[in-house]
Amino acid sequence: MKPDQLLYPAPAGLYCPAGDFYVDPLRPVPRALITHGHSDHARAGHGTVLATRETIDIMAIRYGPDFCGASQAADYGEPIDLGGARVSFHPAGHVLGSAQIAIAVNGTRFCVSGDYKRGTDPTCAPYEPVACDVFITEATFGLPVFHHPEPKGEIGKLLTSLRQFPERSHLLGAYSLGKAQRVIRLLRDCGYDKPIYIHGSLARLCGYYVSRGIDLGELRPATLEKGDATDLSGAVVVGPPSAFAERWARRFNEPLVAFASGWMMVRQRAKQGGVELPLVISDHCDWPELTESIRELSPAEVWVTHGREEALVRWCELNGFPARPLHLVGYEDEGD
Amino acid sequence: MKAFADLLDRLVLTPSRNGKLKLLADYFRDTPDPDRGYGLAAIAGTLDLKSVKPAMLRDLVLERMDEVLFRYSYDYVGDLAETIALVWDQERKERIDDSHQPRLGAVVTRMNALGRTEVRSAVRDLLDRLDPSARFAFIKLATGGLRIGVSARLAKQALADFSGRDVTEIETLWHGLQPPYETLFAWLEGRAERPVLATPAIFHSVMLANPVGEGDLDDLDPADFAAEWKWDGIRVQLSASGTTRRLYSRSGDDISAAFPDVVEAITFAGVIDGELLVGGTARSNAPTRSFSDLQQRLNRKTVNARMLEDYPAFVRAYDILFAGESDVRPENFATRRARLEDLIDKAPHDRFDLSPIVPFSGWDELDRLRTDPPDPVIEGVMIKRLDSSYQAGRLKGPWFKWKRDPYNVDAVLMYAQRGHGKRSSYYSDFTFGVWASGPEGGDMLVPVGKAYFGFTDAELEVLDRFVRNNTVERFGPVRAVRAEPDFGFVVEVAFEGINRSSRHKSGVAMRFPRIARLRDDKLPRDADRLETLMAMVEAKEAG
Repeated sequence: MKPDQLLYPAPAGLYCPAGDFYVDPLRPVPRALITHGHSDHARAGHGTVLATRETIDIMAIRYGPDFCGASQAADYGEPIDLGGARVSFHPAGHVLGSAQIAIAVNGTRFCVSGDYKRGTDPTCAPYEPVACDVFITEATFGLPVFHHPEPKGEIGKLLTSLRQFPERSHLLGAYSLGKAQRVIRLLRDCGYDKPIYIHGSLARLCGYYVSRGIDLGELRPATLEKGDATDLSGAVVVGPPSAFAERWARRFNEPLVAFASGWMMVRQRAKQGGVELPLVISDHCDWPELTESIRELSPAEVWVTHGREEALVRWCELNGFPARPLHLVGYEDEGD
Repeated sequence: MKAFADLLDRLVLTPSRNGKLKLLADYFRDTPDPDRGYGLAAIAGTLDLKSVKPAMLRDLVLERMDEVLFRYSYDYVGDLAETIALVWDQERKERIDDSHQPRLGAVVTRMNALGRTEVRSAVRDLLDRLDPSARFAFIKLATGGLRIGVSARLAKQALADFSGRDVTEIETLWHGLQPPYETLFAWLEGRAERPVLATPAIFHSVMLANPVGEGDLDDLDPADFAAEWKWDGIRVQLSASGTTRRLYSRSGDDISAAFPDVVEAITFAGVIDGELLVGGTARSNAPTRSFSDLQQRLNRKTVNARMLEDYPAFVRAYDILFAGESDVRPENFATRRARLEDLIDKAPHDRFDLSPIVPFSGWDELDRLRTDPPDPVIEGVMIKRLDSSYQAGRLKGPWFKWKRDPYNVDAVLMYAQRGHGKRSSYYSDFTFGVWASGPEGGDMLVPVGKAYFGFTDAELEVLDRFVRNNTVERFGPVRAVRAEPDFGFVVEVAFEGINRSSRHKSGVAMRFPRIARLRDDKLPRDADRLETLMAMVEAKEAG
């Protein structure tokens, strides 16, 4: 059988008929395998969910304990047989609990990367290459313009700004799962030891990261009660970027808006978003990481999904890797 | 190059003036010579760098990457310099240590020493040795496309902030100095004497007036003052010494190249303060033309023959700072005025005239004259103490400006956009409109202007709440709000002038519009009509 009969996009998502399961389905299905906890990949309402322990916990935090009928935790590297398919989960280096899913069926090995990155990130297990015949790669930053710099250098920009503008509250926009905890950890690794203030929506996920042994230092709620005159001048406040446009942000003194995202690589993106201090910190692969991964795995076929498929497919053609875009809809870049 | 690139990255995204000043001052303090001097020159527009054509840059990048991939990238980024800066390293590359990147001074020196055939390989080599952000800065400098929203004046203010010197002193020296300004920095840091200027025809900081406030004139004797019309052009300084002739804007920017008609007509030696206008001088018996006509000539690097003919420029003189080489600023106004009359009398009649003295016997009479001036290009009166010397800056007392009252219309809020910095969580930039007849009969609102100040903080709360609760559509950062005859928000808009404009859909353009009052007592149907605004334009044109 051809690979695209063993695993293919169906209306609810990527489907494997041999094992009768979907990977990161967009709609409720009887059996779902979930790569990681970002809301565009992990949705509520499935019959059974197979994912890493952390991903299951994160889904429960986000959607409540009844987010699915039944869940099963998969350990990294441990094979699990589902009908005619054998699946295993492998670290993707994207966020805590994130996994690539290897699927072996009819002698063909697939690797569904989910979202992944290869740079250092102390808040999750590092990416491990998974040998495969068909590599299904994300392409969120699949253009040659994306080169993510050393994250500590980016955090250095924030620390410089705190020294230059000690009176201004520095509001650091970071998505609530993964990026927020990563920038907090990065600040600590760069020697920032003052309390960090967090938006209410981050509290439970930060608490979960801490419970998994990731030290985030002293965190305080930025959701102060009315009339509390605590002055957050010169403080670092981490929150989801959407909060900074809301009335919530008015409690801060001359806020300086920073945003940690791979999209900050492009100046116009920063400018349109009203960001004063863009920090290029991404949980996805940049262009060199994408192309290195393909070279390293040297799969027989590359399927390219969510992101800039056309550019990565073009690169594969130029470099002798058979490739095609896999048109999966519904994935956004929540994680970055 | 790294320090300069970092500065640029921050400046373009920093909206507040104080924030920009801080970033600039820190850069001048922390960056060594000659790099900071070249950085200053790049910002102030005085940097001379061998130029590179965009086509050559494109060739260079296509030597190293697939054209299709380049096109995808360019389509996404939208800016050639930024695209090239970002795609230059195709593969992962070791991070270039800041200290190993070429310095700005070295880049400028190297580029300017190149022969024509050497440019290509030198640019390739530089792009290889710079990191993406420095590469972007270099390409923008070399292609002449640097836009950072910092005026030369602001850069000079930052020099003043970092050194504690007065900005007027820096402005006075500015045009006599060259990049990389090492003698200037040495003086600013107290390591050397004030630089002695070799070049004459330099800019001297101008004297400014304070607006007449409530009761300011009550205790003043009209007999101690002279009055002049306040002309609606741009304030300039003409400086001529030996063979050097220059025209400067009020902030000291050299605009000579855009006004050869004026500069070439200079026959005198000295420094004159005046208003730059277009049209005919009083002595040529042709009318002075409006500010929008003058605008045709502003912000141009060069000017063609057609512009010179259609929009002839001239200077209406207010004052004299130097007569020949002698500094007459310490003399009193009356004495200087006599000198000025004598000088202008001998100057070419089509390019120079004298701002006439307006006789008046009391403040009430002057008040009447100011509100109903005899020429549409007058925006009020200036009041100057007869015994005042010419002093740089805006001193309280010797000179006053008394503008005609602003225009007012009631308009309807149509769109709002969030502000920056302190206002980033507020909808504080407003587009407003007035009623006009629609194409299919009936009335529709047409946008006539944009305002982002004039209101108090409490009023901003009210406006912001209205926008958030009545958004009907979003276009990126812009929100359209409900604006119907019986529901919407009416604001009183005050503005200084109004002109025809082909660039605006409504056909009019306001000068300095601001929100003067919230009219929650009015319904949108009671707001003004476009015809009212057109009538203001016509009244002004008719004089």
